[in-house]
Amino acid sequence: MLILRYAIYRFATMLLTLLVVSVMVFVIINLPPGDYLSNQIAELRASGQDAGVAKAEFLRKEYALDRQLWEQYMIWVGFMPGPNGFAGLVQGNFGWSFEFDRPVSEIVGESLWLTVLVNLAAVLFVYMVALPLGVLAAAKSKTWVDYTSAFVGYLGLATPNFLLALILFYYGHKYFDLPIGGLMDPAYEGQPMGWDKARSILIHLIVPTFVIGTSGASAMMQRLRANMLDELGKPYVETAIAKGMSPSRMLTKYPLRVAFNPFVADIGNLLPAMVSGSVLVSVVLGLQTIGPTLLTALKTQDQFLSAFVLMFVALLTLMGTMISDVLLVLLDPRIRYAGRDA
Amino acid sequence: MTQLPDGRYVDDAPYDAQASIQQLERRDLDAPNWLLIWRKFRQHKLGLYSGIFLLLSYLMLPFAGFIAPYTPNERLSEHLYAPPQGVNFFHDGAFIGPFVYPIVAEADMETFQWKFVADESRPMPLKFFCEGGTHHLAGLIASDTHLFCAPPGATLFLWGADRLGRDVFSRILYGAQLSLTVGLIGITVSFVLGISFGSIAGYFGGRIDWMINRVIEILRSLPELPLWLALSAAVPSNWGPVSVFFIISVILGILDWPGLARSVRAKFLSLREEEYVRAAEMMGASSSRVIRKHLLPNFMSHLIASATLSIPAMILGETALSFLGLGLRAPAVSWGVMLNDAQNLASIEIYPWTAIPMLPIIVIVLTFNFFGDGLRDSLDPYES
Repeated sequence: MLILRYAIYRFATMLLTLLVVSVMVFVIINLPPGDYLSNQIAELRASGQDAGVAKAEFLRKEYALDRQLWEQYMIWVGFMPGPNGFAGLVQGNFGWSFEFDRPVSEIVGESLWLTVLVNLAAVLFVYMVALPLGVLAAAKSKTWVDYTSAFVGYLGLATPNFLLALILFYYGHKYFDLPIGGLMDPAYEGQPMGWDKARSILIHLIVPTFVIGTSGASAMMQRLRANMLDELGKPYVETAIAKGMSPSRMLTKYPLRVAFNPFVADIGNLLPAMVSGSVLVSVVLGLQTIGPTLLTALKTQDQFLSAFVLMFVALLTLMGTMISDVLLVLLDPRIRYAGRDA
Repeated sequence: MTQLPDGRYVDDAPYDAQASIQQLERRDLDAPNWLLIWRKFRQHKLGLYSGIFLLLSYLMLPFAGFIAPYTPNERLSEHLYAPPQGVNFFHDGAFIGPFVYPIVAEADMETFQWKFVADESRPMPLKFFCEGGTHHLAGLIASDTHLFCAPPGATLFLWGADRLGRDVFSRILYGAQLSLTVGLIGITVSFVLGISFGSIAGYFGGRIDWMINRVIEILRSLPELPLWLALSAAVPSNWGPVSVFFIISVILGILDWPGLARSVRAKFLSLREEEYVRAAEMMGASSSRVIRKHLLPNFMSHLIASATLSIPAMILGETALSFLGLGLRAPAVSWGVMLNDAQNLASIEIYPWTAIPMLPIIVIVLTFNFFGDGLRDSLDPYES
């Protein structure tokens, strides 16, 4: 039951955090002087198109952009009735994109799931690469295995994501005939999910996953190696060797379990960086995630769209962190009691 | 020193019963902290060489204009996308010093591209300490002398030319000025914020601590890049390059401080219970004095090491922002701005040298990492 209580507690803090984040996002979005509509109105006035002005004025009223900033915020989140009653994020209404002249939910649509998918794949990649490599590097420390993995790890940390994307993209296409750009074959876009579509998405996922996951994987690998090395020096390891256990069994049975803890906890630290990376990589590789949408929205000052995307990205990381925290408690009973106060 | 038959070494000096071991080690024990750190750091070869490299790179910055053969926005419109030119020393087997072969553009009627052909019959020696475009030493002293430049009638594109016929090598040198300092300014902002918030939280504890801690947690759990993007999108487009540069570095720093503040806070929590802190408080020292004079010096070196390790993140951040077109803007030159040209696959495939600015980025980020690691490892001189 304790675990349930902890999960609820963790969920509540997440909601609170999300609330604070929404204020922050709203302030940042409103930092640039003016808004999309007032800019548009000024432009229309200057070019003498009065018909357009009327529509823009109407939209300004409709979305409460003529009110005080704090009122705008309350209406946007859905804590206060706007011109059309309660219609904010809480009620599932994400607002209107002025740039595309469509509701935000329609624009982001499928890309939300693809964003989640890309990030999930990257997290899986990080675990699958970092776990064996980190253990191997620690078990064979100070040998060529260790040095090679350290070197590759450092390179992974130092190469900017987007450059890695471009390079892999180029060579992946040249030598392995991996598809260029996008997350699926253009033929499947807008089609219902099916076997062929899933396969197409999987193949397209290879390069982005690799690119987004590399820096995270190398950071994780180094951390795991350090933890393992700490554990390997302890007397119980010597005992295990002395009683004749095979090295691989000994490694997985004792030190790995102890060193595994930070491994799970770390995903909370890595996730923000990975989501950041996925936004950037999506822009470079032209993936249909919300990365490119965010960029256009920010550049055109399309406030509801960019605010929603920012909120979604924040939610994604917060959820990931929460899940990793709860998993950690499940994995290690010692944390359950200490974690509450710390 | 004599080697005994069993392989041990023995000092030849006669045994002196008076000499105390204490006396010998005294010198080490009395050595100032920085000396001990330096001694240990010197043994960390990778860190040492990285440190020297970084020092040289930063020392080079004021003289970038002098070293670069061209000025950053000088266009040679006859040589758009000219490939890198090699500097040769031997012509027909005879040594004639550093020279280049002049290149001429020819239209290739099959691919419809310009092809650059080197005229290998006319070696043209490079000129040294020659006149060129005006640059400013350290941003102040105007000068038109360059370390080396192209012979008249020829070009000198060590690393090729870009879309507008500008020399990539010179632009990388100029770009270093912004790309390398962006991290320094950012880290200063982050340092000031991190230390103030971290020490306030750790020293006073209670409600302030709780609040600052929540802010740290929230900021740490958010993805940085989208927020950087949003903040830089808010920078008005009519600002000059210098103010944009400053505001971008400040933006990079604003989101970086929570990590630092957290480690400062943790240290403070354990240190504020020490007796010397109590003693200082008893003698009537103000909180700010206790923090500045008694607590911070304890782990300043640790903070510097961790700051060194977070500079690369800022350099990469600036690159990413400029690459996406939301960071520094032309005519400012930074490595990210230069990479903006290499954004599509076609240009990388046909003109691979436009992606050269990624090399200095990787090298600088790696050396910062090695340097920071070395620094961190050598900070506890008393530990073996």
